[in-house]
Amino acid sequence: MSIRSLLSSIFGSRSDPRDRYDDSPGQVGMDRLAVLLVHDRADISPGMMENMKLDIIEVIKKYIDIDENQIDLALENEDESVALLATIPIKNVLRRRGRAAK
Amino acid sequence: MAPRVIVVTSGKGGVGKTTATANIATALAALGNKVVAIDGDTGLRNLDVVMGLENRIVYTLLDALDGTCTLSKTLIRDKRVEGLCMIPTAQSRTKDAVAPEQMEHVCDELKKDFDYILIDSPAGIEAGFRNAAAGAGEALVVTTPDVTAVRDADRIIGLLESMEKSPIRLIVNRIRPHMVMKGDMLGVKDILDVLAIDLIGMVPDDESVFTSTSRGDPLTISSTSRAALAFRNIASRIAGNDVPYIDLEAPQGAGLFGFLKKAFGQGR
Ligand SMILES: Nc1ncnc2c1ncn2[C@@H]1O[C@H](COP(=O)(O)OP(=O)(O)O)[C@@H](O)[C@H]1O
Ligand SMILES: [Mg+2]
Repeated sequence: MSIRSLLSSIFGSRSDPRDRYDDSPGQVGMDRLAVLLVHDRADISPGMMENMKLDIIEVIKKYIDIDENQIDLALENEDESVALLATIPIKNVLRRRGRAAK
Repeated sequence: MAPRVIVVTSGKGGVGKTTATANIATALAALGNKVVAIDGDTGLRNLDVVMGLENRIVYTLLDALDGTCTLSKTLIRDKRVEGLCMIPTAQSRTKDAVAPEQMEHVCDELKKDFDYILIDSPAGIEAGFRNAAAGAGEALVVTTPDVTAVRDADRIIGLLESMEKSPIRLIVNRIRPHMVMKGDMLGVKDILDVLAIDLIGMVPDDESVFTSTSRGDPLTISSTSRAALAFRNIASRIAGNDVPYIDLEAPQGAGLFGFLKKAFGQGR
């Protein structure tokens, strides 16, 4: 399993295999299967995913104001391999004073 | 050649273990080997029915294990195919009726008289599986080309590896060539990649399997259907022959090459 794009999709959109209409059912099935097998083989339980999510929230909120209730963490199929993807919506970031030009 | 004990199993139920056991055992005997097929699925016994031998049962494996009779009394000789026998089991006892050591002992006894001992086992995670597989050196894992069956096959392959069975080889059963061609079904090459396991055969979804089960005539006795050919080829590969993969008849004139290309997942 690769965790290569852990935070890569903070602003990006997610790709659920079932949403990709251009892919054949066989290919979508293979993509879903790959994700299932990572869960099975690494023995990743839903409880473990939840704990991992809570830990990640703790780290990130030290730096950015995030919407904790909207965070989504899941194993997904990304370009031929399975990745751990996190969607972490960021709350309105206010413009800082004193930074305007001139 | 040293006698070989091969367990036929799967993760998911109903994918074709019993069908495969009956047909491969019959085909191995037709190749001139002495073969015994054991019904190791104590809960859901039906190897006797698929082989058409249900009316000839006198004693079962469980009778031999509890000392009611000798092991050789349980052997049913198949009159249609020289060298082929089967050992039935009983339905009405508990799942753990057969202990692993007992199964090992049975296999050791049978090795004295047979070249191949095939064991039809319960689906993967069930309690009876470990017992049924205990005496086997090798394993054939049967799956259908669908997500749930392949997922469950992955678990059973892990279990077989931990039991140190070798080789462990895959049969992909019930392939529908026209669906593979269209990309509607999982490709065999993709399945092999994801499971990291060797292939021993691809069997098409074929009506002849139903008629053969109805009659109790394994296909490999005399049928010329595509499924019969696929099972004969598997038997031949088990026996060590290098048999090319068959044309599962690609529709729309795509021919052997087109089908194999798709089945092996290329050209997507
Ligand atoms: N290649 C095939 N084509 C069509 N039907 C099949 C094929 N293989 C198995 N079947 C059918 O699937 C059902 C389950 O097969 P069976 O061998 O009893 O599975 P298992 O022993 O794994 O439970 C049976 O009705 C059988 O006739
Ligand atoms: Mg069965």
